[in-house]
Amino acid sequence: MELVTPGIGLIFWQTITFLIVLFLLSKFAWKPIMGALRDREASIESALSAAEKAKLEIQGLKAENEKLLAEARLERDKILKEASEAGNNLVETAKQKANEEGARMIAQAREAIENEKRAAFTELKNMAATISLEIAEQILRKELSDPKAQQVLAQQYIQEVTLN
Amino acid sequence: MKRLFVLLFSFLTISAAAEAPVEGGEFKPGDMIMHHIADDYNWHFADGATLYLPVILLDNGSLNVFSSRNFYNDNHELVPYNGYKVDHGHISRVDAAGQPLADQSGLLDFSITKNVASLFLSVALLLIIFFTIAGRYKSNQGKAPTGIQSFFEPIIIFVRDEIAKGNIGPKYERYMPYLLTVFFFIWFNNLLGLMPGGTNLTGNIAVTLVLATITLLITVFSGNKGYWKHIFATPGVPVWLSPIMIPVELIGIITKPFSLMIRLFANITAGHIIVLSLFSLIFIFQHIAVAPISVAFAIFMFFLELLVALLQAYIFTLLSAMYFGGAVEEHDHVGDLGHGDGHH
Repeated sequence: MELVTPGIGLIFWQTITFLIVLFLLSKFAWKPIMGALRDREASIESALSAAEKAKLEIQGLKAENEKLLAEARLERDKILKEASEAGNNLVETAKQKANEEGARMIAQAREAIENEKRAAFTELKNMAATISLEIAEQILRKELSDPKAQQVLAQQYIQEVTLN
Repeated sequence: MKRLFVLLFSFLTISAAAEAPVEGGEFKPGDMIMHHIADDYNWHFADGATLYLPVILLDNGSLNVFSSRNFYNDNHELVPYNGYKVDHGHISRVDAAGQPLADQSGLLDFSITKNVASLFLSVALLLIIFFTIAGRYKSNQGKAPTGIQSFFEPIIIFVRDEIAKGNIGPKYERYMPYLLTVFFFIWFNNLLGLMPGGTNLTGNIAVTLVLATITLLITVFSGNKGYWKHIFATPGVPVWLSPIMIPVELIGIITKPFSLMIRLFANITAGHIIVLSLFSLIFIFQHIAVAPISVAFAIFMFFLELLVALLQAYIFTLLSAMYFGGAVEEHDHVGDLGHGDGHH
């Protein structure tokens, strides 16, 4: 039957044409198309993995930031504490020093007063002695101007002196 | 795309109806249909619009090239020319009286027939479309596909991922050019065959024979050790069965592409015959009332044919990929080389 009898002409043309088309399409169409598809898939794949990596990186950075922040906070607290301690110390020492100075000055003053007092006493004593002597001299002069009184006094002394 | 298909089928109904007119004598649907699906030396689009194609004859080494116009007189009747005449659709040597000679040996017909012209047309279309797309991939590098590129890209990816990768395995890449070419070649020609004035190229056994032969050659030449071992020493089969098994396996090599050849040819030809038969009903009953029913059925068949056009391209490509897959498969186990065209 004619329908199922392949004609030589069509076989010939079909073979030639199909092989040429196969060659041309393979070289100039399928190769660039498949290459482009592969490249695009690879780029999508790498973009996705890069995004994933970036996400992880950001998470890492965030954690690090938090850690840094916590560390900074700790550091700040420590510095503050140290500063207040130092301040306290300073005040304390200043106070102490002032106290000491005050005490020293008071002691000095007291010593000075004591010295003055002593000097004043000595002077007073000397003055009193002089005055007493002068008084006694005055009295004695007055008393002994009378010979009878001189007699009485001598008598008195003699009585007082007990010869034993 | 949808609008295009609607346009196509509206043309087809017109053209098929136009081809059916009863020229004088009795209307013979069989002759009309056979004439329609067979090859011809001219391309008859409509009455008055006929393209006469070149005839190329190799007669015992001497080349004869002339227009097929010479075979027809002004009344479109066949006449002898230069000792040749178209007889039952083929060119034969004839005597002076126009009777074919008994001796036709050494006469080879390489004419650019309707089918060959259609083949060139479809191939030009394929090249233009896919070169354009390839150009788009270059100019559009790394960007989303646009226009025609985005229409074909999913199809190309489907052929790669569903047909090639799934059936051939890791070595799929080297078969991609053939699979893509054969898929689009069959699909385009199936669709072109449905166009008004289109030819029945993929429903021609010579075309399917060539395609199936290429599949066979690729399969045989890419067959690895495991493939040949399965043929000459099928694992699990006793040696004394070899005299039966080896011929059976060898025949199996041929029957697979043979089934490819017949399947494509029969499906496409049958589709054309059915649509034409439905239109013939109008002329057989010679009543206008039959027309709506005929047309309704023909429209249904046409949409079915659009599906078949894609389906047959898919099946041919899929089965080719399976045969390649069987040839390059690493057989570590008692294998299943006999898989393949179980379905359809």
